[in-house]
Amino acid sequence: MKAFADLYARLDATTSSNAKLAAMRDYLRDAPAEDAAWAVYFLAGGRPRQLVPARLLRETAMAVAGLPEWLFEESYQAVGDLAETISLLVPEATQASDEGLAVWMQERLLPLRGLPPEETAERLPALWAQLDRRSLMVSLKLITGAFRVGVSRLLVTRALAALADLDPKRVAQRLVGYTDLAHRPTAEGYRALIAAESADEHAQRGGQPYPFFLAHPLQAAPERFDELLGPPGDWLVEWKWDGIRAQLVKRDGLIWIWSRGEELVSERFPELCELAGCLPDGTVIDGEIVVWKHAPAALAGELFDASAGAVPPAAGEFGVQPFALLQQRIGRKNLSAKVLQDAPVGVLAYDLLEWQGDDWRQREHRERREQLEAVVEQCPNPRLMLSPLVTGDDWADLARQREASRALGVEGMMLKARTGQYGVGRTRDVGLWWKWKIDPYSIDAVLIYAQRGHGRRASLYTDFTFAVWDGAPGDPERKLVPFAKAYSGLTDAEMRQVDAIVRKTTVEKFGPVRSVTPTLVFELGFEGIAASSRHKSGIAVRFPRMLRWRHDKPVEEADTLATLKELLE
Amino acid sequence: MDLVVARPEGLYCPPGDFYIDPWRPVARAVITHAHGDHARWGMGHYLASQDSEGILRTRIGADMPLQTLAYGETLEHHGVRLSLHPAGHVLGSAQVRLEYHGEVWVASGDYKVEPDATCAAFEPVRCHTFITESTFGLPIYRWPAQAEVFREINDWWRANAAVGRTSVLFSYAFGKAQRILHGLEAGIGPIVVHGAVEPLNRVYRQAGVALPETLYAGDLAKNDPRLRQAIVIAPPSAGGSSWMRRFGDYADAFASGWMMLRGTRRRRGVDRGFVLSDHADWPGLLGAIEATGAQRVMVTHGSVAVLVRYLREIRGLDAQAFDTEYGEEDDVPAQQGEASS
Repeated sequence: MKAFADLYARLDATTSSNAKLAAMRDYLRDAPAEDAAWAVYFLAGGRPRQLVPARLLRETAMAVAGLPEWLFEESYQAVGDLAETISLLVPEATQASDEGLAVWMQERLLPLRGLPPEETAERLPALWAQLDRRSLMVSLKLITGAFRVGVSRLLVTRALAALADLDPKRVAQRLVGYTDLAHRPTAEGYRALIAAESADEHAQRGGQPYPFFLAHPLQAAPERFDELLGPPGDWLVEWKWDGIRAQLVKRDGLIWIWSRGEELVSERFPELCELAGCLPDGTVIDGEIVVWKHAPAALAGELFDASAGAVPPAAGEFGVQPFALLQQRIGRKNLSAKVLQDAPVGVLAYDLLEWQGDDWRQREHRERREQLEAVVEQCPNPRLMLSPLVTGDDWADLARQREASRALGVEGMMLKARTGQYGVGRTRDVGLWWKWKIDPYSIDAVLIYAQRGHGRRASLYTDFTFAVWDGAPGDPERKLVPFAKAYSGLTDAEMRQVDAIVRKTTVEKFGPVRSVTPTLVFELGFEGIAASSRHKSGIAVRFPRMLRWRHDKPVEEADTLATLKELLE
Repeated sequence: MDLVVARPEGLYCPPGDFYIDPWRPVARAVITHAHGDHARWGMGHYLASQDSEGILRTRIGADMPLQTLAYGETLEHHGVRLSLHPAGHVLGSAQVRLEYHGEVWVASGDYKVEPDATCAAFEPVRCHTFITESTFGLPIYRWPAQAEVFREINDWWRANAAVGRTSVLFSYAFGKAQRILHGLEAGIGPIVVHGAVEPLNRVYRQAGVALPETLYAGDLAKNDPRLRQAIVIAPPSAGGSSWMRRFGDYADAFASGWMMLRGTRRRRGVDRGFVLSDHADWPGLLGAIEATGAQRVMVTHGSVAVLVRYLREIRGLDAQAFDTEYGEEDDVPAQQGEASS
């Protein structure tokens, strides 16, 4: 455990990728395979289900440290992380356990799941007494599922590749599914990750998907596109769908559906499993799952054709439906017939990664696209659709068409290099995808509540609730109605300034939350907006964040609920 | 009667008609120590410990109207018997003991209970009422032994020097910097100090505190090969400034009690955080309060509300808050991290 805790400390202490790579390499080189197996699992983003309820951890920690609850809470508020708080409050162990990460996980921590609370409360102090402060904090983070250390999956892939002298793409391929909930890391599994490449590896892949290729944000002005990207003809342009990125893997007569988080989601989309019937074995399609309502055949062709500059009248009613609908469906444990009927899904296919059992990722995008069109055509199931290509005379024309995004229910456009290969993660050496998103919605809102943040924002007031007015300016009766929470978008310096103002203008404290005299106005950005009966304002917004601090705007001039509701249209 | 009350100008002793560490100009001020938030400019008359004279005159003015007392020496003023006792915080730091008609109050200023070689060690003083700081007044703050911290600092420096990388250690220039200098192993490499640290070193050396030989950063050229093995002691304000450019490849660290928390360490954006404070930690505060035997405790700057509640509910003491302008506000740790660390 100590070696892994030291690795955590090394990774946590630096922002340099090279230093992180070196730390991982050193650890993996020296660690027994069973420990390395678990380390890779956690570093690559694996999260076991919560082993002990947070409430029980708190109660046990209070008892062990001999502290009243209020003092524990004050401490937690200052630290901003439960695992760290407990590690700082309980007496430091006099002797540290020599057992490795695998023994700790398999014999000490995993068995805690599902135990009666009294039994867990009895076992925990004895476990804690064997861990030095750092190991204790790390193991608590493993227990609470809050283990995060600023290492990307790509970086883990590179570390393993360097260690085993393998192509990182091969390692990425092997890592797919490694962090799946159902998978338990083993020494054997780890050895397979770093084993020398074998000739029949490709044939043994079962339902494994390929690592997803990810796009980079494009923020330049369209006037500069010619200079930055060359002519539009070098790119395949599509709409950017607001759904769930997924791979459809059809092999050996079966179909597997994988989400971008490399989670197997086949069971959530039973209607897509029908596609097994019309896709030949050895086919892997990359695309977007969306809730889709089929339009009458006469309208279907024009639905996403914005080249004339106007949005077809049927858009919104048919075709892709708001993400909120998909989200409701994902949240369901049981998919009733009603849900399947109200929120039917389809796949908008945009890439072909495998065809007739061959890995097509090294082929040019235009060639993959051509074959994809043939595959979709030969599959008569209407749930499988092509993500249409958008064409324009020049970048200015495309920019004009892009303005219809919101009305079409899409997030903007995707630009994919016509001759590019299909890369791994955010690589950009063999191919390149740009996401050219539309500007977010924005609204000027007033900060009314603040709560202290977590992690590096611990003990600073950085998590805010924002409100808009429920009446027009001049209305003496009007009130501020909360509608969104946001915590990102400020610079460190701004964060400190806002924190100081929150403290100075506090009206009341309710537990960790402070209400403040409204003095601060921020421009909030968000990606989507929907009516909601669960929110006081009647509105729910998606991905709200602070775009800028409106020093220039007095509170009275912040936006109103009416303005916000207009965006619903 | 209360021997100390909170007034808008500062903590005031009514029978003696003087202030302790006032934050506005007054006629008579007793100064616990020379940090900027306790010793301010513009008082009509200053009284402070003998050991603090050098620093005070450097910071406030060579010709300041200053009277000094040795630790333990007493003085009568308007019937108030006053003496100063070591607070273990920085060179010259003192607790102020006041006695009037048999009633004894002690104002501690800032204090640290673990002894170190750069100032006189904290001395518990029995009293009826104790005025305590609460900078680190939460049970999460429990310091490692300083010998352990110095070992960590020296190991870090040695590892950097081995790969030819400068070690830049940020710390408050007065007190902390000298304490670190005293704990460094001079054999590892050259010790370089920032211009803000240098004058204070001079005062410490004059006061007889043994500090290793130091080089002034301004005397070294940008590519001086000595820098590659050197440790540099600089105030936090130097971080991110153009002054740092001279070091090329360097590792940086910050020494402060706030480094106990991962969040503050990350917010600092340095490679390493060393937990080294010149304030008492939670057990230190509780131990110091208990050692005074005081039944009444006035709590100033830091986690005031927490410490007051704890002393009342758990220790059964008559504890109250004193509103002051020392250190940082209420529960704000390490935003600036300079005044109290």
